Amino acid sequence: MTDRMIKVNYLARVEGEGALKVRVRGGIVEAAELNIFEPPRFFEALLRGRAYTEAPDITARICGICPVAYQMSAVHAMEDALGVTVPEPIRVLRRLLYCGEWIESHALHVFLLHAPDFLGYENAVAMAKDHGEAVQRGLALKKAGNALVAAVGGREVHPVNVRVGGFYRAPRRRDLVALRDGLERARDVALWAVGWTGGFNFPDCERDYEFVALRHERDYPFSEGRIVSSRGLDIPVRDYPEHFEETHLPRTTALRSRIRERGAYLTGPMARYSLNHDRLSPVAREAAAGAGLGTTCANPYRSIVVRAVEALQACDEALRIIDGYEEPEAPAAELVVRADTGHGATEAPRGLLYHRYRLAPDGSIEAADIVPPTAQNQASIEEDLTRFIPDWLDMDDAALQWRCEQTVRNYDPCISCATHFLRLEMDRRP
Amino acid sequence: MRKPRLAVWKFASCDGCQLSLLDLEDELLAVADALDIAYFVEASRATAPGPYDLSLVEGSITTPHDAERIRAVRRKSRHLVTIGACATAGGIQALRNFADVREFAAAVYARPEYIDSLATSTPIAAHVPVDYELHGCPINKRQLLEVVSAFLAGRRPAVSSESVCMECKRRGNVCVMVAGGAACLGPVTHAGCGALCPACDRGCYGCYGPKETPNAPSLSHWLRGLGMDGRDLRRVYRTFNAGAEAFRQESDRHDG
Repeated sequence: MTDRMIKVNYLARVEGEGALKVRVRGGIVEAAELNIFEPPRFFEALLRGRAYTEAPDITARICGICPVAYQMSAVHAMEDALGVTVPEPIRVLRRLLYCGEWIESHALHVFLLHAPDFLGYENAVAMAKDHGEAVQRGLALKKAGNALVAAVGGREVHPVNVRVGGFYRAPRRRDLVALRDGLERARDVALWAVGWTGGFNFPDCERDYEFVALRHERDYPFSEGRIVSSRGLDIPVRDYPEHFEETHLPRTTALRSRIRERGAYLTGPMARYSLNHDRLSPVAREAAAGAGLGTTCANPYRSIVVRAVEALQACDEALRIIDGYEEPEAPAAELVVRADTGHGATEAPRGLLYHRYRLAPDGSIEAADIVPPTAQNQASIEEDLTRFIPDWLDMDDAALQWRCEQTVRNYDPCISCATHFLRLEMDRRP
Repeated sequence: MRKPRLAVWKFASCDGCQLSLLDLEDELLAVADALDIAYFVEASRATAPGPYDLSLVEGSITTPHDAERIRAVRRKSRHLVTIGACATAGGIQALRNFADVREFAAAVYARPEYIDSLATSTPIAAHVPVDYELHGCPINKRQLLEVVSAFLAGRRPAVSSESVCMECKRRGNVCVMVAGGAACLGPVTHAGCGALCPACDRGCYGCYGPKETPNAPSLSHWLRGLGMDGRDLRRVYRTFNAGAEAFRQESDRHDG
């Protein structure tokens, strides 16, 4: 059997609806396509004419899994347009909020969506029958992340407390201190999870990716820094459109992100880790080394370990922020409306999320452009499949299909996010 | 006894409402024990064919394909409950209902001719009979647990249809509109969130949609008194529940 077709009509354990189509002819992968059939919602169109103040609430609705990322990219882009830098206490509070989202999103992916692939279960509920303690710990970690998002943001999904310039209301110190015990337990779980996931069996699949992530002068990156890559890119966020583009491939109708000079790249936990290993806290760095990670990671199956390391980093940083927290004098910076264009890029749990807005003199949005991480990673996902599948052709169809799905899930793809950059494979053959 | 079979469906949406099910960290395994989770692709690669005792439906109808798909879901569902603003009112994507969807597609996509999208985003109840609607953008996960429990027990869910103002008063918040001069949709908005926004010193922005029998024209009068003009009023009613009848009508009364 040399001709094989793997079709997964509904990709499970990803956020949103996508399908996978792989065509193999005589041991060669002719096509590996991740199709996204999530219906488009036209966010960039409906944002036009809205007030700049509405962008954080509206763009949060692009993704219920990582709404904080959308809010953070939106507020940074708007503040760039208005020429505002927020005071240090607000900057720190934003990091705290982002820690919460990383913890809940990484816990969701590591324990409920991805670990079942490594341990051979259809889902986390089935996995819990044999690995109950692990699933319970994962849920506790996720809960601690959600509690943090709720305490700073007002609620877990689509937080209400984020505004351009800062927050509507700064959290009280006592409300944050109350989270300490839960976060300390969460840090222990994350530390354990690094070792637990590090012990999984990983296919030997390293690739020479171009990693792209933010890099900050001091911190592991959330919302600030320059956009850098493992092949020498080093640019301020506002230069993003000059170096990245969405292109049409002749074979498909797909729009894909690529670096203009070179092509596909990878964003997300592996890229952040590999470009910012020296910015990790000591506990996260030690745990990573103990789990067999080097200073970079180029095996996409090991991304589950990197997510656990980042969850640990986020728990550790959240505790440090809470210990040093003093309520700011004002919850938000003063803003003066003006006409300009602003750019923002922050690190969503699954990768770089870029926003650009052009504002009219009255603060209305004239144009919006949003590039979500899954759109940026799609070319890498398909290249992984094309590269790895030839080694797996001795598997039966069911096993090969599962392995392909797992390969897509390495990226924690958020298809709801990617959808306003529709990647549509129109096979119009009669 | 056979366990009731649960299915979770997604149409045009952000995933946030079905995520609420996974966000029930303390109850998730108990729920999975009480129910047979037969179809929930966000959580499991194993799927079982219908019929299902309870279908939770997230998202709005925006494509011809989805208009067909929801009818098929209805046929194999004994109870069908819609969850969230997209499924109950069309969601933020219903802003296309006030615009030209072809122009929207051209603004976002380089090849709009490949976009097969309906001119409107409509709630599930516009297409099939719905047994219960749970409001919110996103829904409240406690209310979701109540709805699932109620359907398992064969009773109506105990979910209040009063306004956010009532929850706000019980929470002991100082009124952000009367005392703080903030625009607040609390008087016309369906309860369920627990008055989160006033607790954060901001006005309610109506993400749970209109309450039963809201008096939106009266609220608009007061909002104008705070300095809002026609465009501001149109914006506040046209967000995540722009397609809900009371908010749509009120937004149409004001000039953009």
